[in-house]
Amino acid sequence: MEIILAIAIGVLGGSGVWLILRPRTSQVIMGLALLSYAVNLFIFAMGSLLLDREPIVRAGLAPSLENYTDPLPQALVLTAIVIGFATTALFLVVLMASRGLTGTDHVDGEEREP
Amino acid sequence: MNSWIEPLMPHLVAAPILLPLLTAAVMLLLGDARRPARRALNALACLLNLGIAIALLLWVNQTGPQSVAVYMPGNWPVPYGIVLVADRLAAMMLLLTAVLGVASMSYATARWDRAGVHFHPLFQLQLMGLNGAFLTGDLFNLFVFFEIMLTASYGLLLHGSGPARVKAGLHYIAVNLLASTLFLIGVAILYGVTGTLNLADMAIMVPSIAPEDRGLLHTGAAILAIAFLVKAGAWPLNFWLAPAYSAAAAPVAALFAVMTKLGVYAVLRVWTLLFAPDAGVSAQFGGPALVWLGLATLTVGAIGVLATHHLGRMAAACAIISSGTVLAALGFGRPTITAGALYYALGSTLAVSALFLIIEMIERSRQADETPLYVSEVEPDEAFAYPVDLMPPPDVNLDKDERPLIGQAIPAAMAFLGLAFMACAVTLAGLPPLSGFVGKVSMLSGLLGAAQVDGQPARVATPIWIMMALLIGGGLLTTIALSRAGVRYFWAPRGRPVPRLRVVETAPVAVLVLLIGVLVWQADAVLRYTLATARSLHEPGGYIGYVVSTQPVSSPSASGKAGLQR
Repeated sequence: MEIILAIAIGVLGGSGVWLILRPRTSQVIMGLALLSYAVNLFIFAMGSLLLDREPIVRAGLAPSLENYTDPLPQALVLTAIVIGFATTALFLVVLMASRGLTGTDHVDGEEREP
Repeated sequence: MNSWIEPLMPHLVAAPILLPLLTAAVMLLLGDARRPARRALNALACLLNLGIAIALLLWVNQTGPQSVAVYMPGNWPVPYGIVLVADRLAAMMLLLTAVLGVASMSYATARWDRAGVHFHPLFQLQLMGLNGAFLTGDLFNLFVFFEIMLTASYGLLLHGSGPARVKAGLHYIAVNLLASTLFLIGVAILYGVTGTLNLADMAIMVPSIAPEDRGLLHTGAAILAIAFLVKAGAWPLNFWLAPAYSAAAAPVAALFAVMTKLGVYAVLRVWTLLFAPDAGVSAQFGGPALVWLGLATLTVGAIGVLATHHLGRMAAACAIISSGTVLAALGFGRPTITAGALYYALGSTLAVSALFLIIEMIERSRQADETPLYVSEVEPDEAFAYPVDLMPPPDVNLDKDERPLIGQAIPAAMAFLGLAFMACAVTLAGLPPLSGFVGKVSMLSGLLGAAQVDGQPARVATPIWIMMALLIGGGLLTTIALSRAGVRYFWAPRGRPVPRLRVVETAPVAVLVLLIGVLVWQADAVLRYTLATARSLHEPGGYIGYVVSTQPVSSPSASGKAGLQR
């Protein structure tokens, strides 16, 4: 499970970084979205990667991360998703405004001379 | 004398966040058509915010151990619930933000708030984000307030629209979204290693981290620091800063001046808590890196201010110099140097903010069809522009009615702008008699003190020499650049109409310059305050003790304590 998650984060993060370094605004926004997925999975992994565990302490079971799952990273991920969603939407608006004002989807607002 | 504040505590700590939030919500309900009502509401909220900030400052500054106010919004004890903490540093930054807020708001009501929709709610949300980030004692909460502040700043930066703002805004948003990603990674790693998000609790955990996890802790802290340093405008992460700040509307840029200081504040807060001198193996981790990054930033800013002919970019470069100086000084980790840096930060932030406002008033007098003073006014990217007025015209020293200029009265508006510009330039360059000089002298004497061990002069470390050289050399470069700009814009132009200024625009500039004067006049009191701030920062035991020991308010109906005490 750790291996699968690590590979998933790596692939998402790597693709995100590559896309962010591209010159088109649509590629940049896709890259930012992929990076935020990678980060969300990363935060999630900082809790504990266990199946079938509950976050509420029961009597008779020692309160450690072997027996329970940590609910806090999941709450953090929810907050991060909401904030990431809002800022990505805002970036999309600015991207469209830039496209309308400059007539190109290059991140600098002008095509580089060939 | 502070008896009237006492009954309000600790609830007053939450007020700087709740007040802008409520104001913004009410303003959104009012709708954009009722601009006068929004304007009045914004003015009222800014003034109230200033009052609250002053009250908090008075409260934390009273003598005795009670200098940290802790407020628990959810009434949960510390490792479980989030806390708001007002200590000396937070109160100082709150007051600085409130002052800049009042000045920018007053300036904006003259005309800038009509340049687009929803200026006032965004302005209040930006204040809320700033205040919250200064007050919070919780790492994830800090992220949330950073995002509130940033989202509002995206809107404010685009206020007024136009290709230049949209282009700068696109880069600004992309860079900051990336920085937020790094912020989250850093927070997640620190949580994974220490098991807590509360900064004070984390500081307790740090000395007992297992050696095999220590690398992870340092990695997390370093990634987090990158996110903060992007906001602080540290080299090499500051290429977004000059285009964004110079493209923003003047009152927005004036408020943004405190945003770089938020990055510096976050570095200072997290670094001094997590890697305090008594943090065992991790003590002062990353201090040298901060020093070198700060020195590089200072150098790049000083070169930048000399290289550009565009006034807005010049002011942005001054902001970079200011945050570089403060970062480098903090990295030494000595209370005397930190105290000087904090004093310097106050004066230079006020000066940069005033400079952004002055620049807009100077530029206003430029006519659309007149010959530009510099080619670079048309092409801001042209680094090596030549002055158009290099060749003296034959009718030199005559005004447009062919009368000799000598003996003519200077128009009051230009005289005011010139004097204010001069005051800002003197402060930013660190020349006497204004506060930049006092701040730099205080830092220099701290550096010289750091070079001595037990009263004996020891071998002075290389960074100290470089820092001293750069403090003085950077001041020289700033003096050259700003006096050159002053000559070009106040002495050389002929036939320019005098800009029409309104009282609501000149008053904020006058107040900011006056406050720089007050900083000098009350230098002793302010320096004593910053020294106490620096001492409590570098010995965070008191802060941690207060935060951890604060008990939740017991419910009036339930008996006994909740079962969540440590």
